[in-house]
Amino acid sequence: MAITTVPGAVRAPGRPAPSSPAGPPRTSLGRKVRDNLTGHTFLIGAVLCFAVFSWYPMVRGVVMSFQRTRRGETTWVGWDNYLRILDDPSFWTAWKNTFYFTALALVLGYAVPFFVAILLNEFRHAQGYLRILVYLPVMLPPASALFLFKFYAYDPSDAGLFNAILKSLGLPTSQWMQSPEMTMPAMVIASTWMNMGGAVLIYLASLQNIPGELYEAAELDGAGVWRRIRHVTIPQTRLILALMAMLQIVATMQLFIEPLILANGAGAEDSATSVAYLIYQHGFFQNDLNGAAALGVIMLVVLAGFSAVYLRLTAKQD
Amino acid sequence: MSVAQYRKAAALALVAGLGLSLTACSTKSDDASDDASGKVTITVDCQPVGAQKELLQNWNDDVAEFQRQNPDIVIKSVSVGEQCNNPPDFTARLAGGTVTDVFYGYMTDLQQVLDSGQAMDITEFATKDTIPTWDSVDPALKEVFTDGGKLYAVPVKNYSMGLVYHKGLFQQAGLDVNNPPRTWAEVRDAAKKISALGDGIAGYAEYSAGNTGGWHFTSLLYSQGGQVLTADGTKADFNNAMGKQVLQNLKDMRYGDNSMGDRQLLQWGDLLTNAGAGKVGMFIGAPDTTQAIVSQFQGKFEDWAMSPLPGQDGAAKGTLGGGEGYFFKKDLTPEQVRAGLKWIAYQKLTPGKGQFDYVRAKPQNYPVGLPQPLLFTNGSDAQKQELELRKANANVDTANFALFEATPVPIKGEPRNAQAIYAVLDAAMSGVLTNPNANIDALLKTAEEKVNQLLAAQS
Repeated sequence: MAITTVPGAVRAPGRPAPSSPAGPPRTSLGRKVRDNLTGHTFLIGAVLCFAVFSWYPMVRGVVMSFQRTRRGETTWVGWDNYLRILDDPSFWTAWKNTFYFTALALVLGYAVPFFVAILLNEFRHAQGYLRILVYLPVMLPPASALFLFKFYAYDPSDAGLFNAILKSLGLPTSQWMQSPEMTMPAMVIASTWMNMGGAVLIYLASLQNIPGELYEAAELDGAGVWRRIRHVTIPQTRLILALMAMLQIVATMQLFIEPLILANGAGAEDSATSVAYLIYQHGFFQNDLNGAAALGVIMLVVLAGFSAVYLRLTAKQD
Repeated sequence: MSVAQYRKAAALALVAGLGLSLTACSTKSDDASDDASGKVTITVDCQPVGAQKELLQNWNDDVAEFQRQNPDIVIKSVSVGEQCNNPPDFTARLAGGTVTDVFYGYMTDLQQVLDSGQAMDITEFATKDTIPTWDSVDPALKEVFTDGGKLYAVPVKNYSMGLVYHKGLFQQAGLDVNNPPRTWAEVRDAAKKISALGDGIAGYAEYSAGNTGGWHFTSLLYSQGGQVLTADGTKADFNNAMGKQVLQNLKDMRYGDNSMGDRQLLQWGDLLTNAGAGKVGMFIGAPDTTQAIVSQFQGKFEDWAMSPLPGQDGAAKGTLGGGEGYFFKKDLTPEQVRAGLKWIAYQKLTPGKGQFDYVRAKPQNYPVGLPQPLLFTNGSDAQKQELELRKANANVDTANFALFEATPVPIKGEPRNAQAIYAVLDAAMSGVLTNPNANIDALLKTAEEKVNQLLAAQS
């Protein structure tokens, strides 16, 4: 790489010149802080916020997961809470449901926004309006959106929106949230509708950064739509696709509000019980905050595992 | 001021603001104590929220009158939003150590309050001196709030479940409103006739979500003569003929007769919303469900009546009872405990005052005449006074509840680990109400195994 100098560039007054080509000179910590006082002062706010509202609760949660509080006395119990949580009859059901939701969300909630973005990217007119239309559901409070689905779309009678559509097409209707088989797909549909606006905008921004010449070259080579997507679009957006996949997994595994509202909690025959909902049950209904903390730590470890895999994959790609 | 100075000033302001916010967050409401002037101050929660204008005014009037009568006591009222109706909020405040000096809880909350280490033993303070009607308060209710011979709360409300039915729908379906179903077979017949009215009306409605399904399963099981746990509380005891009968009755109505409506997975607010809209013929509940239907779900008192919980072949063998009380925070001074007890006595346990001020409630259209709260022992002086006042000021037709009141069913309390067990039993209830092919034996077996595992893990 050629080294260029910027004409007219001058050393900032009062700053020492580099003493050696190896790097800046060593300065005392106090000097560093003094030199960047404003920056550090701004930083204190952010650090305090994270420390008080994120880091402290996390550390406290881990500590609580090894304790038991009974009659006001807190004692260290080692792995007891973890063993007790593993014995919880709903533990494996909750994990099975959560992974099922995550897998379905990857198929539907991950692919649909990407293809919607590709479609939007093809429009030459009214793209702004279409973007607003796609983003509108994100602006609805999640609880309101889910109540819409619960009472309007997923009504199990023939009066429900989806059942009315199915019936008009001559297809069999569904019990939606009242059917253990349909519970998860129904939650994924609602969740995708609610959240895809943000993902579509991110994909769209990424797509618009792909140089047009690549598509022109592909077209000259006789590539059709699918081959252009496969050989140009996907490779050019792979980093953002990987990032979104990671974020999607982390977000969907924290499934909580969908079961709480759409299924009133556990759903038909426990088909909606998620890990996050089980944490809520232990913490707030079963007088078991320590068990809830243990389950939270287990979830943290699993999610950290996914994050590590993601970091490894992206590091290789870079 | 230079740009750099502006930045520094902004940064300092930000940090100062954040610091103040954190300080505000950490401020506790436990500043009440015995002050230098000799006055005793206590904080009390469950002051009605601002939206409940009349109830809030009543509360504030009670505080003013109580303080006038007791000039050495200062009551600091705290409204905690939905805490008084929402168990998770209560648990959060308990865990966060932000409960008031005198705080409200359900009868099922005793264990978690004790575990939090915030409960005070009030045995020596709860006497006729502090609560003049104390000897009239039902000893069974005191027992609910007692652990190891020590009393931790004062009961302020008690209920038992019966069959709540819609008189208008009964009449439309050709049923006799004065002769409601007494057995589950009769409930089934009536439900069939009511649901035949069409228009999305459920003849009988039942919960199956949010732990309320398990709660009602328990009451239905009690009506059969069953119990959720064995006498020693170590094993599940519902996987038997009585438990199966409970689920079979529901499955027969849901899928045999199609008399329970299409919408299931109901919890408290869902069912009462439908009831308020005139879409429910019958359900089981406590007398105050009619109050909720009217005040929160736009129903009418005159539409509703109550009868005892039905039994399988005759009278019910039992019904579920529950209620509420006020706990006292640990480390209060004896003066504060006495002041708190006096306040509870005035507002919750004195006929003619506070919750029993029927003269005040009558024109405000709050129900007077419901057979609730059942706080005083039968035949006690306080009960006689309360009944006289209730009768003189009734604004609901007491005849609608006469059958329920005149035919008492033995009341059983909730099982140990009630909420965790209810969560498990929700699955059995939702199973028979959402799956036409539900296998009752398998549902009960699974629930039994889960409850046994749960009890073993908790022990």
